[in-house]
Amino acid sequence: MEPPAAPAPGGRVPLLELRGIRKRFGAVEALSGVDFEVYPAEVVGLVGDNGAGKSTLVKVIAGTYQPEEGEYRFAGRTVTVSSPRHASELGIQTVYQDLALCENLDVVANLYLGREELRPLLPGTVEILDELSMERRAWQFVQELHVRIPSLRKLVAALSGGQRQSVAVARAVMWNSKVVLLDEPTAALGVEQTQQVKELVRSLRERRLGVVVISHNLADVFDITDRIVVLRQGKRVASFETRSATRQDVVASITGAEFGQGAVG
Amino acid sequence: MASTFSERLRPGGAAGAAPDKRPPLAARLADRIRHGDIGALPVILGLVAIAVVFRIANPFFLTPLNLTNLFLQIASIGAIATGVVLVLLLGEIDLSVGAVSGLCAAVMAVVVVNHGLPGWLGVVAGLLAGLLIGLFQGAWITKLRVPSFVVTLAGYLGWQGALLWILGNTGTVNLSDPFIVALVNSRLPVWLGWALAAATVLAMALGEWRARMRRAGAGLPAEGSGRVALVVLRSAVLLAAVLLMSLNRNPRGNPPIAGVPTGVFIVLVLIALLDFVTTRTRFGRYVFAVGGSAEAARRAGIPVDRVRIAVFALASGLAAAGGLLAASRLYAVNQSSGGGDVLLNAIAAAVIGGTSLFGGRGSTWSALLGALVIGAIANGMDLLAFASSVRFMITGAVLLAAVTLDSYARSRREQFGR
Repeated sequence: MEPPAAPAPGGRVPLLELRGIRKRFGAVEALSGVDFEVYPAEVVGLVGDNGAGKSTLVKVIAGTYQPEEGEYRFAGRTVTVSSPRHASELGIQTVYQDLALCENLDVVANLYLGREELRPLLPGTVEILDELSMERRAWQFVQELHVRIPSLRKLVAALSGGQRQSVAVARAVMWNSKVVLLDEPTAALGVEQTQQVKELVRSLRERRLGVVVISHNLADVFDITDRIVVLRQGKRVASFETRSATRQDVVASITGAEFGQGAVG
Repeated sequence: MASTFSERLRPGGAAGAAPDKRPPLAARLADRIRHGDIGALPVILGLVAIAVVFRIANPFFLTPLNLTNLFLQIASIGAIATGVVLVLLLGEIDLSVGAVSGLCAAVMAVVVVNHGLPGWLGVVAGLLAGLLIGLFQGAWITKLRVPSFVVTLAGYLGWQGALLWILGNTGTVNLSDPFIVALVNSRLPVWLGWALAAATVLAMALGEWRARMRRAGAGLPAEGSGRVALVVLRSAVLLAAVLLMSLNRNPRGNPPIAGVPTGVFIVLVLIALLDFVTTRTRFGRYVFAVGGSAEAARRAGIPVDRVRIAVFALASGLAAAGGLLAASRLYAVNQSSGGGDVLLNAIAAAVIGGTSLFGGRGSTWSALLGALVIGAIANGMDLLAFASSVRFMITGAVLLAAVTLDSYARSRREQFGR
């Protein structure tokens, strides 16, 4: 039974579209025919109980796992995403909970990690880091995203949890990204820092990115998403318009207690 | 390090950069210490304390002759410790540097003395041997995933054996090749020392001025006064050192002995060069990144294994350079070359100088500062005719203090980082 696609905002093509994804680990089927899609300028919450298949789905999208079955479409074209590098070349970036920042380097160095800009020390001689150009672009970008960081020359070790999350997200979207996956972006953050991350997610939407937020915190999910996709036992059991859904509906489909009400799929 | 002097609060929102108030230098310094961002401060204070104590105990300690001797005494350890700094930046360790320094000196001696080849060729062969040893160890560590501690411990034993094997029955090879002897034991003309120092000061000032102009041109806020202060401080130290070594240090007055010893010059150039590589180039950025978080570096697409192998090759190459300097100073290579306390002094120098054992924090200059501390303690104690038993205990205590400071600073950073 193929659930119909979620209502397309403005009838556009999804940025990212998965159809009938199956992934098994030995005897366990982690994903049994899951559909998923993100549209431009849309924030999708991916929720579900532990073991529902959220992480597996994220890793399929990020290219870490290859599904046994199913179709992976990006910007309307069918693709085979063979590695995380491939996914990031397409414009799909994932920010995992560990953030993968180098705490001993400053914000600019982290934003440009692996993509450093160079200039010759003197014309025709050795290439050195072009700190100035990197700082200037990083500064512009951080302002565009409304990220609040005290100084781009501060070491990441000296930043708060919310600021680190912001740096990790900024790095993910800085390089021409189209889709960003955020794994538990607000876990372990205080109220104010959570607010900061939420603002950042909103500015990603303004930039017309597709954002996928994986979270256990339903309050946050309701606060920032446009649509909520619920996974249970490796299946997509519901897709809600956040505006018209209630918490009870979502909880019910996560736990399977009261199945179907308000669900599209 | 300099850039943290110039932190400024920047508001994030659309309002853009607003002028901000910076607390005075002293307050910022106190703040940095509280947050565990101490850098080279303890070792510099330590050096001042050592100088004062030994000067009071024996006025000869601070004479140009003795201080120039001190610089010469630490040249070899300084070069080896620079390689150790690079390895520590990765968060790894290299226990083979002492043995490698001895072995590479022996390679040079064999090439020059036993085969009668020119001195410069011997130097090239010794350095090449070091690089190859480092490549081998680095590849073993990264490709076979064996901890660097174990691989280089095996190297420590193995290369020592190779040294004995190469030296064969003779046990000692005396060096008389003028090129090799001159590596450490000749002096730059006084005018050349001054000219090089002046050029260095000029280059530093010009570089800082250009950086400021470029920042202003790019519309970025100017850096604080801390960077200028640092340039002034470094220039002052350099000029003072050159002045010291340019005075006549012959106690009898005639014939005058003056000028920067070549060994000191070579070590300073090596350290400055590697400081440039670590702080200004992409490779250096990668070294710090791998030392900070290897996983983050890997995910950012940095070739982590290649960086590691290159660093181990550089470390062994610098160990070889240190070995050649020691051989030149001793006019000989023997079975104990690179043995004894060479390894431990080199590692102690790097750590005492302020390079973290936990990876990702440090500077090649800490090799020089740490070697100066260890060398000054040894030199001063010799002047006061202390037994080496006391010297070992004091050096051990200093090392313990340095590592404790490092651990303390790290826990402060973690505490304030949240």
